[in-house]
Amino acid sequence: MLLIKNGRVIDPATKTDASLDVLLDGEKIKEVGPAGKVAVPQGTEVFDASELIVAPGFIDLHAHLREPGQESSETIETGTRAAARGGFTAVCCMPNTRPVNDNASVTRFILDRAKAGGSVRVWPIGAASVGSKGEAIAEIAGMKEAGIVAVSDDGKPIATAKLTRQVMDYCRSLDLPVIEHSEDVSLAAGAVMREGVTSTRLGLRGMPAAAESVCVTRDVQLAELTGARLHVAHLSAKASLEQVRWAKSRGLRVSCEVTPHHFTLIDEDVQYDSKFKMNPPLAAREDREELLAGLADGTVDAIATDHAPHEPALKDVEFDRAPFGILGFETALALALEQLVHSGRIPLMRMVELFTAGPARVLGIERKVAASQPSDLTIFSVNHSWTYHLKESPSKSRNSPFDGRAFKGGPIATVVAGRVVHKQ
Amino acid sequence: MSTKFRDLLALEPLTADELGFLLDQSKPFQEIQKHPLKKLATLRGKTVALAFFETSTRTRISFGAAASRLGADTMNLQAEASSLKKGETLLDTVFNLNAMKPDCLVMRHAASGAPHYVARHLDIPVVNAGDGTHEHPSQGLLDALTIRDRLGTIKNLNVTILGDILHSRVARSNIHLLGKFGCKFTLCGPAMWVPRELEKIAPGTPIRCVYRIEGALEGADVIMMLRVQTERLNDPPLSADDYILLYQLNPERLRRASPKAIVLHPGPINRGIEITPEVADGPQSCVLEQVTNGVAVRMAILYLLISGATETDTHPALQVKSKESANASD
Amino acid sequence: MRIVEKSQLMSAPEIDRTLQRLAHEIVEKSGGTKNLALIGIVRRGVPLAQRIAQAMQGIDGVNVPVGVLDITLYRDDLSKVAPQAVLRSSDIPFGVDNMDLVLVDDVLYTGRTIRAAMNGLFDLGRPKRVSLCVLVDRGHREMPIEARYVGRKVQTSDTEIIEVRLREIDKEERVVLVDRVE
Repeated sequence: MLLIKNGRVIDPATKTDASLDVLLDGEKIKEVGPAGKVAVPQGTEVFDASELIVAPGFIDLHAHLREPGQESSETIETGTRAAARGGFTAVCCMPNTRPVNDNASVTRFILDRAKAGGSVRVWPIGAASVGSKGEAIAEIAGMKEAGIVAVSDDGKPIATAKLTRQVMDYCRSLDLPVIEHSEDVSLAAGAVMREGVTSTRLGLRGMPAAAESVCVTRDVQLAELTGARLHVAHLSAKASLEQVRWAKSRGLRVSCEVTPHHFTLIDEDVQYDSKFKMNPPLAAREDREELLAGLADGTVDAIATDHAPHEPALKDVEFDRAPFGILGFETALALALEQLVHSGRIPLMRMVELFTAGPARVLGIERKVAASQPSDLTIFSVNHSWTYHLKESPSKSRNSPFDGRAFKGGPIATVVAGRVVHKQ
Repeated sequence: MSTKFRDLLALEPLTADELGFLLDQSKPFQEIQKHPLKKLATLRGKTVALAFFETSTRTRISFGAAASRLGADTMNLQAEASSLKKGETLLDTVFNLNAMKPDCLVMRHAASGAPHYVARHLDIPVVNAGDGTHEHPSQGLLDALTIRDRLGTIKNLNVTILGDILHSRVARSNIHLLGKFGCKFTLCGPAMWVPRELEKIAPGTPIRCVYRIEGALEGADVIMMLRVQTERLNDPPLSADDYILLYQLNPERLRRASPKAIVLHPGPINRGIEITPEVADGPQSCVLEQVTNGVAVRMAILYLLISGATETDTHPALQVKSKESANASD
Repeated sequence: MRIVEKSQLMSAPEIDRTLQRLAHEIVEKSGGTKNLALIGIVRRGVPLAQRIAQAMQGIDGVNVPVGVLDITLYRDDLSKVAPQAVLRSSDIPFGVDNMDLVLVDDVLYTGRTIRAAMNGLFDLGRPKRVSLCVLVDRGHREMPIEARYVGRKVQTSDTEIIEVRLREIDKEERVVLVDRVE
């Protein structure tokens, strides 16, 4: 057994913010009680969490672990180690692997690999269409049985409105959320960053904010038509957030996530360096302001990393030729503390919700620190000084714009199924 | 004044003083163009690598002539002859060139920022000879030199640029250079090529975008034509006839500008598309002077970058390492 | 390393008298001012040439043309000595073919500047004769070059420097011998 003692438990699901001891018995939490009041059997290991926050295990709704197929960029083993360092206890991995996770055998392969060498829980997301090609609906029921938690053609949107509608209808019947990478591909064609003054100045081809919001609008309308659970991935534009806000006000089952890089950086930060290249691209100043407002007012349901490793050989090329995406696991919590909590924009409770109860709600599960719940905990500090050094990352890739950034507060220990999988 | 230039990647980050310095340094080379014997031995034994990853004739020849007139040798890499098509990365190609020990790399590339990327990995000076739709610094300098020669100044002029400005690296370099000398810009062309964002690319420089040529030429001291890329006429689809109807610079339209206004064109000219032959060959046209000045500007750039650090204001004796230089002038 | 002034070699009136004498000498040895032109070597050779020309006007009543030559591009020691040296404009507003040219400089030392100046001149044409006039000759030649007109010869050591300070450039007027001290 493992006792986490003297920590400050913050649990948005139970609205708890108190000094509590948590006793873990293997896979399940055995008891949560006032500090010093929990009966501890002999031989119990003790983790002193004095001055630390003890939260439900963080869930990342959006990550790319690259296995199978692109193991030179990341594997389930290296990716989940990076996730553990970032305080995540569960990561949802997108299906754009090679082969695409569009059938139960790929799903089972991923889960087997995770079981064999994963540091944290891996919850696969299945493709919406076969090969994510946007033609035929993938083997969604089979994948659900194998263990997927949602469907998505991430990397691109579900190709047509008609297919999106059909996938939504089908997933409603299977009670699975449809996670949409919202992008009008014709508006975004050839673009490498957000269209605006910066793209014009740098001479880099830009995609307008509308490339995202046009698609979000379409999908929200279809969610209304079908009654499906729609989750908008890596939402970056003000107009998209307004669509989600409208959908929520209508009572539609629409949710969305925002990445740390979109609430931290803007298009003006882009330089001729591919570590600033991701899709959706860094947005305008006013978009970021709106995202921060949405994170505060509840419109945004989750912070998701969109951890997208690309090996140096792929990323170290001219900006135009580099693939989209940056690493995200290890800096997510620290950026959230920096941008959201220390800046006074949201209380700590709300930030924890965005990493725990929020994403859990999207997946239709519970996440709380209570007896008989899974023994998944994220233990972090809000004030220790540290610096993110890419060279120390277990990830196989090095594509982050945050290398060398100094932070105040960040992950200290990650507990999955009663085991400390990472400890600072 | 003294300025250290390691690379020449863009004009945007340079100050008015630095830009003025580069223009002043071009003057001696303009004079040399008039000498009966135009070849110097200044860079004898030095090698300039010309790496053009995008087809170019005149810029490559101009840099080649500049290098040769300074006494330097050149190594040529042309996109079609390169191994890029065999899947070699840009960096590998450049490292291979660098292994042949050139003293400077002049590069053109279709990707904006490619020279910046390369410069981060190389310890020899890198000169941007045009990157994607970003900048074309030597063109900006030669245009400014041409304007200064013709009008006596580059300060506080009204400059009109006509054409596909969104995709023009020439326009950006000119805006960043002339803008620092108080010039005001009017950008004119079809709305798809002249987005409003252009008005904000150079904070402090007044830039307005207009869509009718009639309102763009009044009061202009300098009219810069851009080549209408025939391939871009196709994306977005725009008929050449429409372009001629709305934006072609003909003598009648030119009369709206100041009578002393000059017309620049970076070439190659599409006669009968963006400009009529009467204007292209008329007294206000500076097209050939631009080409001549191009060699002088590029000689100045190569001279400055290859000859290393700058003169400093410290006592000459304190910089001395050998006897030859114990007296500043002899 | 510090710079220490050791002695003054010439005062302002001495410089002036010397230039007057040099002007007379040039006119005399050239047999008048016909086809004669002065080329001042940037930087301090330029005011010296202008002053000599002025003195010649007093002698002969004729305006002897003065050209300006920057030898930076013709140096044989690029980047070793004066890296990225700022170029100043050369301005020789007359044809040099068949002219009787007098190069004017402040100090003659190794002779390399004069070698460079001649390279520069010959890129412009084919003068009939080129001679050299310097205010100070400090010895230590590394080239087979001698001045036809010399203001003053001075014995120097390797570490010493002759500084010619002219009011047009230096806001004072004198010639000093300085030394470098570790």
